[in-house]
Amino acid sequence: MSRARLLVLRLVGVAMLVTLLGRLWFLQVVNGDAYVRAAADVRIRSVALPPTRGQILDVAGRPLVTNNTRPVVTVDAVALAHQPDGGRAVLTRLGEALGQPYRQIAEKVRLCGEGVPQPCWQGSPYEPIPVARDVSVPVALQISERQQDFPGVRTELRPVRVYPHGAQAAHTLGYVQGAQGRDGLEAAYDRELAGRPGRRDVAVDNTGRVTRTLRQDPPVPGNTLVTSIDSRVQSIAEQALGRALAASGGSSGAAVVLESGTGRVVALAGRPAYDPAVWTDGVTAREYEALPLLSQALQGEWAPGSTWKVASVAAAASAGYGLGATYDCPPGYTVGNRVFRNFASADLGLMTMHGALVQSCDTIFYRLADQLWQRGSDALQRTARGFGFGRATGVDLPGEAAGAVPDAASKKAYWRATRAESCDRARKGYPELADRARAAYLTTIARENCRGGGVWRGGDAANLSIGQGGVLVTPLQLARAYAAVANGGTLHSPRVGMKVVRPDGTTVRTITPPVTGRLPASDGTLAFIRQALAQVPRTGTAEGAFDGFPFGKIAVAGKTGTAESFGRRDTSWFASFAPDPAYTVVVVLSEGGMGAEGAAPAAREIWEGILGLRERR
Amino acid sequence: MIAVAGKRHLVWAPSLGPPDRLLTLLALGLSAVGLLLVWSATRMSGDHALLVRQAVAVGGGLVLMWLVSRVDLRVLRAYVPLAYALALVSLALVLSPLGVRVNGAHSWIVVAPGVQFQPSEFAKVALALAFAVPLGELRDGQRRPGFGGVLLALALAAVPIGLIALQPDLGTMLVFAAMVAGALLVSGAPKRWLLVLVAGAAAAGAAAWQLGLVRPYQLERLLVLVRPGADPGGIGYNAAQARIAIGSGGLSGKGLFNGEQTAGHFVPEQHTDFIFTVAGEELGFAGAALIVLAVFALLWRGLSIARQAGSPYGTVLAGGLVSWIGFQTFMNVGMAVGLMPIVGVPLPFVSYGGSATVAGLVAVGLLQAVHRSKPMQA
Repeated sequence: MSRARLLVLRLVGVAMLVTLLGRLWFLQVVNGDAYVRAAADVRIRSVALPPTRGQILDVAGRPLVTNNTRPVVTVDAVALAHQPDGGRAVLTRLGEALGQPYRQIAEKVRLCGEGVPQPCWQGSPYEPIPVARDVSVPVALQISERQQDFPGVRTELRPVRVYPHGAQAAHTLGYVQGAQGRDGLEAAYDRELAGRPGRRDVAVDNTGRVTRTLRQDPPVPGNTLVTSIDSRVQSIAEQALGRALAASGGSSGAAVVLESGTGRVVALAGRPAYDPAVWTDGVTAREYEALPLLSQALQGEWAPGSTWKVASVAAAASAGYGLGATYDCPPGYTVGNRVFRNFASADLGLMTMHGALVQSCDTIFYRLADQLWQRGSDALQRTARGFGFGRATGVDLPGEAAGAVPDAASKKAYWRATRAESCDRARKGYPELADRARAAYLTTIARENCRGGGVWRGGDAANLSIGQGGVLVTPLQLARAYAAVANGGTLHSPRVGMKVVRPDGTTVRTITPPVTGRLPASDGTLAFIRQALAQVPRTGTAEGAFDGFPFGKIAVAGKTGTAESFGRRDTSWFASFAPDPAYTVVVVLSEGGMGAEGAAPAAREIWEGILGLRERR
Repeated sequence: MIAVAGKRHLVWAPSLGPPDRLLTLLALGLSAVGLLLVWSATRMSGDHALLVRQAVAVGGGLVLMWLVSRVDLRVLRAYVPLAYALALVSLALVLSPLGVRVNGAHSWIVVAPGVQFQPSEFAKVALALAFAVPLGELRDGQRRPGFGGVLLALALAAVPIGLIALQPDLGTMLVFAAMVAGALLVSGAPKRWLLVLVAGAAAAGAAAWQLGLVRPYQLERLLVLVRPGADPGGIGYNAAQARIAIGSGGLSGKGLFNGEQTAGHFVPEQHTDFIFTVAGEELGFAGAALIVLAVFALLWRGLSIARQAGSPYGTVLAGGLVSWIGFQTFMNVGMAVGLMPIVGVPLPFVSYGGSATVAGLVAVGLLQAVHRSKPMQA
């Protein structure tokens, strides 16, 4: 054998040796540190440990929202990708175990990316992807015990919200999506309820199986929110509201119970409502559209009707009208060229302001408003705003409506905003209306509004004085105004939350409803109003509704309200309070008819319920 | 046809020279390291069956190595046609229903449940033996193989290579080709023949590419080699994980049995084709380089044996064996460190695998036999 040939082979061998050793040196010594870090990334997986969300309790510690755990099946996309077939076999088996078609599961675990059609997983590929919730325990056990058949698939217990009272106070409680409070108390107190997630770093093998726990920071459970809601009163209010809506044919409504002296919320009922359990398993877009998410108690706005008169009486007093003086209550009162009529055109004769409230005379207030307007006084609006109308109460719940107190400026602004439409209507009329007379009337108004307008007139003031003509209040606003009348004039920003408590029972903070103002009325005026309202259920407009009521046990005072609603049946109101228990109860039934017939009986039912609770105690 | 020569009985030849102790020592050492690494690679499964099987293979292989090293080459030569024929039959059998498909290639024959072997590994031995016949048995006065000899040698190589191409097993095909090239080189075949062969191989490769005979996954493997970051979850996963495991070993390694990547089984086939990643992670540069050096020391001895062989047959045989082990080692370590495309070839003496372990040790036994045989002309 030639030495040259051997040398060639030896050289080839040396070249290979040098190449391999050089490459090894480069990988292990030059770049070793980078690979050590890369190795840790591959090997260590951080798992977020969801904290237990805090409970929401009622005033007596009864749970309104609590937690339960349910098995959830998750899939690790990375572990699946390492399967020879990309995880197809595993997902097919999983589909059989869960009773879901392979396609459905495959879509859930498909990672979103360029060119990947929906649905797909938006989250991190290193995060376990839930593919089935509310799995039965036998199925969960089957999956967790057959890990060799289900590499990358895990079953874990995840907390879900439980609502022991179903649809009761659904809007107040709100809901949770993902780990975040989305509405109601869940949103308002999210920071306190949520707690802090923990973290577990685990060493995993290439199938994603945990081989060792390296580090664990336990989650910090959320704090408990104790509310001032009394679930028994809440239940009474819900039932009374439901029955009243059914009886009156109303479309929606609300019932509010406040502690008059503190501004704390005892009950907030709203209809239509829904069972918040729907959130537990996720809501589709279509289901979401159909959910009645609006809280009628603080987002519903209606004209207050005669319940507004407490503000008008206070305005009269502040404008110098004697409350004890006598006023005529004729069937009608002419403002400008228009006759404003009493309810049912009743001629009630001479009476004091006491009578005007008890009998709910309108014409006295028309005259009052007309005279104030002629004097250029804005006492009506000023007083109304002083009662907290026209702006949100600042309750500790999201999405509250502000209501509206119309005045010259707002009327002007509205006129400007709608002028183009008015002119359009002035030309075209209302051909779509079958009622020819009404169409003609509306066209006339449109013509006037097109030529000019937006001027605050005596008629506007007259409407305002009886809680009509663009006045809008929320049930919560009205309740807090009546609570202020009851408590001697202090306006609170209502609070549902009462205390935030740590899981160990110690108090984090106590929530006191802040005082936001005082009613623009003297103690004498307020006492006068209270006295008058005390008569309403006994001998006034609510006499029928409160026939046989045990006033000796609870001295309920109140005011009926019947508000016209354009194109719809009247809005039925009853606003009431009592000295002991010092509660304020407001009921509104949209399209519920007269206040004395719809809302007042519902309020009576609530009061009787409260009385029943007290007597049982 | 191959001419049958020599006597048909084994000669326990007291006339043989002393064995090469370094060669034996290196083969023993590498096998022992292999056992430790296989142990480490499989220990997390809690099942020692693989370790036991490998230990049995090493034991059997060492016995065969010892036996083969004691056989006179002239005696051995008599059995070459039989070995070659058996190799071809078994390679054909894997393509029959008796064959078992593992990782996409039909390369196994199941003898009994749990007992299977890989004919291509033994075919390496048979081919090395057979290939050396036309190249190494020269007529009187001839100093190097002629046209006919080279052609016959190539024909002898073509049949098993063709059968392996049908499995398909690209890695083994490349090892065979390297073995043919090495044996031809040391046989003294004329340079122009070698050049023609190299050109022919290049042309064949280009034609395969042009005709689309290169499979998509093979292209992907090449792509991964060029762009290591490509597709880390898919085809690039092996390569990326192997580099991470080896790279994280650093200079001195994490210690035997302390490899965390190894424990997590992040590198697929880490006890077989990727055993070197275990060495890289747990023994570090020091240990991994030592293993590579040990293999090359063994090859260096092998080349010396080729040079000092008593017969051209011994030279060509040793040249073929050295080329086989050398190229296979380079392929295996090269793919683990990201220098070579990923084709499944085991690391000689170290990887788990009975057939490969036994074949490798038998190859060392053959080198010893060449070393110990007296010159044929003497």
